[in-house]
Amino acid sequence: MVGFSRGFGGRVRKERDPRLPPGQYDTGRDWPVLTAEVTPRIDLDRWTFTIDGLVDAPKTWTWAELQALPGSEFNGDIHCVTTWSLLDTSFTGISLDVLLNQVELAPQAAFVTATSTTGYTTNLPLSDVTGGKAWLVWEHEGKPLPREHGGPIRMLVPALYFWKSAKWITRLTLMQHDKQGFWERNGYHDRGDPWQQQRYQGD
Amino acid sequence: MTETSTPAVTSWQQATVRAVRRATDRLVMLDLDLPKRQPQMAGQHFVVRLTAQDGYTASRSYSVASSPMDPLVELCVERLDDGEVSAYLYDVVEPGDKIEVRGPIGGWFVWDGATSALAIGGGTGVVPLVAMLRQARKMGRPELLKLAASGRHAADLPYLPELRAHGSTISITGDPASGFLPHRLGAADLKPLIADVDTVFVCGSSGFAEAISTVIVGLGVPAGHVRVERFGPTG
Repeated sequence: MVGFSRGFGGRVRKERDPRLPPGQYDTGRDWPVLTAEVTPRIDLDRWTFTIDGLVDAPKTWTWAELQALPGSEFNGDIHCVTTWSLLDTSFTGISLDVLLNQVELAPQAAFVTATSTTGYTTNLPLSDVTGGKAWLVWEHEGKPLPREHGGPIRMLVPALYFWKSAKWITRLTLMQHDKQGFWERNGYHDRGDPWQQQRYQGD
Repeated sequence: MTETSTPAVTSWQQATVRAVRRATDRLVMLDLDLPKRQPQMAGQHFVVRLTAQDGYTASRSYSVASSPMDPLVELCVERLDDGEVSAYLYDVVEPGDKIEVRGPIGGWFVWDGATSALAIGGGTGVVPLVAMLRQARKMGRPELLKLAASGRHAADLPYLPELRAHGSTISITGDPASGFLPHRLGAADLKPLIADVDTVFVCGSSGFAEAISTVIVGLGVPAGHVRVERFGPTG
């Protein structure tokens, strides 16, 4: 058991906001940028999104095809492993369920890898991206998603730490077994549930 | 972005503060003695967690300035006006105190110490690059690492004398009399540094990282050879 830090009072604390998972703070209206690679420039005329892996047949959508499908909006909170949370924010895009419903999943599919145009990858349980839990989004609070935040299009999985919400997404691969992505290989947690503080491998 | 590495499992431990150096009115360097050191690479960071008497905790990440071979782990902390962790580390911590840390963290923004690299930092973004520099010097291979750094004032650049002694390209944009380059680092400054470089490291504010990485890619370096670490909110 660890003792307290001598002379540390911390911020004046009112009632803790129940929307904040343990160890997180409210970043206010700032939305920090955290990216490990050069921000890509994506030509939407050439960008595509593909679902492949354990499906009956891989399927690819163009930007125009995505826009023609029924869209949806997310309103809520996002949490970064670096301890900031952005509360009461909104994104517009399309539910991943709409796209997954257009392919036939193999029964043994249990995990996914999301891949970005930069080669960035992240792994997630399939159950964390189905049932109204994941989106592809292109607007943040009514404005086009900025490039440094993953624009023109990124994944959104708000129930998990935000590195799981792959920026500049281009592919979702269904798999039987979990396979670590970029940050996961580099020490971060395979699932990343902020309410369980699953920040690093071993948490 | 296809590098593979074995994730090290790290756990919290109580480090003993051996030295506190307040370099400027905002920057403090802490030398930490860790009971359990794990293999470390230049460029990594540690998480510091503070616990109040009522159990409230706050944790933040800080870059390591010491080389992996140094016996103590040196963190450089910038005191933010509203920073509940950084203000505590600057204002309160004294040698002999225990603070809880976890790390090293991060397997991407790291230098292997064997291949040639160019590292470019803005403000306190130079801290992980100083760890690389110290490693290169300890190995007797300073020529492996080229450095460039930028800050508004000299006081914004930690470890400026060390950076200067290495022959780094340095710009100080807010003080024309500083004797350093007076302009923001651009293609003309960085082009001479990219020849034969395997990896380019860019660390600084989001705006700095965006501007510099765009220049580097514009000079013909493949994006896959550029590793970026950003901090702070966007403008």
